[in-house]
Amino acid sequence: MLGYTEKIKEIAGRLLKECTVDMVIGFRKGTMPMMNEPCFATTPEAVDTLWWDSNCGINLANYLTNRKEKVAVIAKGCDSRNIVTHIIENKIKRDQVYIVGVPCTGMIDKRKITGMVKGEIIAVSETEDTIKIKTADAETLFDKTEVLQQNCALCIHRNPVIFDEMVADAVQEQTDVDRYADIQKIETMGTEEKWQFFDDLLSPCIRCYACRNACPLCYCPTCFVDEAKPQWMGKGQDPLDVRTFHFLRAYHCAGRCTDCGACERACPVGINMRLLTRKLEMDCQEQFGWEAGLSLDQRPAMDVYQANDPEAFIK
Amino acid sequence: MTLVKIDKKNWAEGLTAAADAYRLYGPVKEKDYHQFKALEKGEMPDFDMVNTRLSPKALLFPQSEEMLEFSLDESRDDHHIMKAVATDDTPRAVVGIRPCDAKSTLLVKLNFDTPDVKDPYWLNAYHATTFIGMACDTPLSTCFCTTAGCGPYHEEGLDMLVMDQGDAYLAKLLTDKGKAFAAAAGWSETADDPAVFDAGRKAAEGRIVSTVKTDNLADTDLLELHGAPFWDDIAFSCINCGTCTFSCPTCWCFDIQDEVHGKSGVRMKNWDSCMFPIFTVHTTGHNPRDTKTQRVRQRFMHKLKYFVDKYEAGIMCVGCGRCVRQCPVNIDIRRLCEQMNSFKPADACAAQG
Repeated sequence: MLGYTEKIKEIAGRLLKECTVDMVIGFRKGTMPMMNEPCFATTPEAVDTLWWDSNCGINLANYLTNRKEKVAVIAKGCDSRNIVTHIIENKIKRDQVYIVGVPCTGMIDKRKITGMVKGEIIAVSETEDTIKIKTADAETLFDKTEVLQQNCALCIHRNPVIFDEMVADAVQEQTDVDRYADIQKIETMGTEEKWQFFDDLLSPCIRCYACRNACPLCYCPTCFVDEAKPQWMGKGQDPLDVRTFHFLRAYHCAGRCTDCGACERACPVGINMRLLTRKLEMDCQEQFGWEAGLSLDQRPAMDVYQANDPEAFIK
Repeated sequence: MTLVKIDKKNWAEGLTAAADAYRLYGPVKEKDYHQFKALEKGEMPDFDMVNTRLSPKALLFPQSEEMLEFSLDESRDDHHIMKAVATDDTPRAVVGIRPCDAKSTLLVKLNFDTPDVKDPYWLNAYHATTFIGMACDTPLSTCFCTTAGCGPYHEEGLDMLVMDQGDAYLAKLLTDKGKAFAAAAGWSETADDPAVFDAGRKAAEGRIVSTVKTDNLADTDLLELHGAPFWDDIAFSCINCGTCTFSCPTCWCFDIQDEVHGKSGVRMKNWDSCMFPIFTVHTTGHNPRDTKTQRVRQRFMHKLKYFVDKYEAGIMCVGCGRCVRQCPVNIDIRRLCEQMNSFKPADACAAQG
């Protein structure tokens, strides 16, 4: 993905110059290693700050919600699937968005990398296949595959499924990926063990809602946790309320989640809430043969009745 | 001011002795991060860390704190009467607080201890607490304490400042509370070498590589700054989560909620965040800070302008860098501060023209 930055600048500059769009949404280089910041450009001159590398894990489809302008957006495979979902759910019209597709080889996991080296990380650089981590005392070279975000390591849709223009040729899709090994392991647990597992999983939560807010699916005008009339749940740190938030949010994402990983990446306390959304993704796959965000022509599994829908769960 | 030398061999023993008179709190590692927690009997604070994920502000200002309780059971004489929840205000000590976090306590105090209004929950906890600071010899690249009114050996807000000298600790007893704690711990070997502290401070300050400039903030016109052209650009990436405000040692906003289970209920104080849209929603449904730009501007104007003007106590930030490191979309207060501090109202006129 090394040459993408220049190509993105060129495309963005052209789209703005030719007034194809009013705004381009992309990333600019961050102030910290392994962090980039979503940004916008509305003039051809402003595209110079645009940037691309393996630290663009935030899902830019999240920044399309309720926009009024004609917008170009830089979209990885997962972002493109969320754009499809946005279009299906009438959050944006297809002709309002110009999709600049990015064939993606995965984003790196800053939390994992931080745990793999000793001392503060001062700089990170990358080649196509490697990631070099510099601390005060040492430089460590990793294969990029070792340090991918888990959702990227498991990704089977790296290329955008919908686009107006591509930044580069398509990359090879990963095959033979076992997407649900960890979920199936949880399913073999007994009730007590499961309870303990989820209790432990969610115990660090501080209810900052970074997971919800980083998620392109979470666009409700008022989230159920914020409703006051009636108030559905407590606002404190009662574990029951914390669990209610996470479980209900996950259910709201059933059949819609593309496992872009933005929630987990955004979490300041390192909770892997993707375990919840991926269980529902697995169920949608198994029960309805449904994968979210692949087609504009098919209604989502949770959105439509089919005569052959499974009903074994109705007792 | 007294200096005492504590051989590291006597450290654990001293803390164990002090635990008879104090409830001890300190940084301990939980999962991937260090957090301030009540220490179990015999448990030692772990100083092998960069900084705690959340600040220790929760020790005085818990994320969720029950203040009052009541019963709705009308067969009781005291039904519908609010009563204070019992709190434990026996002496306690926070061992290993960083000087930046200790200083932040005094900034938060400006809000909870005013001439007119005093928050008894915060104040009782504050008065019950002895703050044992650990001088910070290994700051992070995101630490900018020295230009945020603070520093790695800063003493404001501390009762004792401890510095690590290899096989011993050297402790400065700054207040009577600090002396009492040292006495309870049996740390009585006085030392007479204040130059060591100065040398440590200078060396640590030299390791701070990140700075902010704040010299123009007070003199810049408030409304001009409010109308500055950069707010949309800064706010764009914000997802309106509470990470910055919850991790910040100086953010003090809270919400009050009544929660009822069956016939008994509590009135509680929960952390709130100016980043949340519902923070300012009126009962009419109107929201005076309805847009992301308004909310982001509020947070930074509060920290770097309103607070500066109102209290004349510097910025509402101690440079701990937590928000810089944890913001999921890399909104960096150092960058913002630079933009605000270098802003000239004429820029706005030029932009409008």
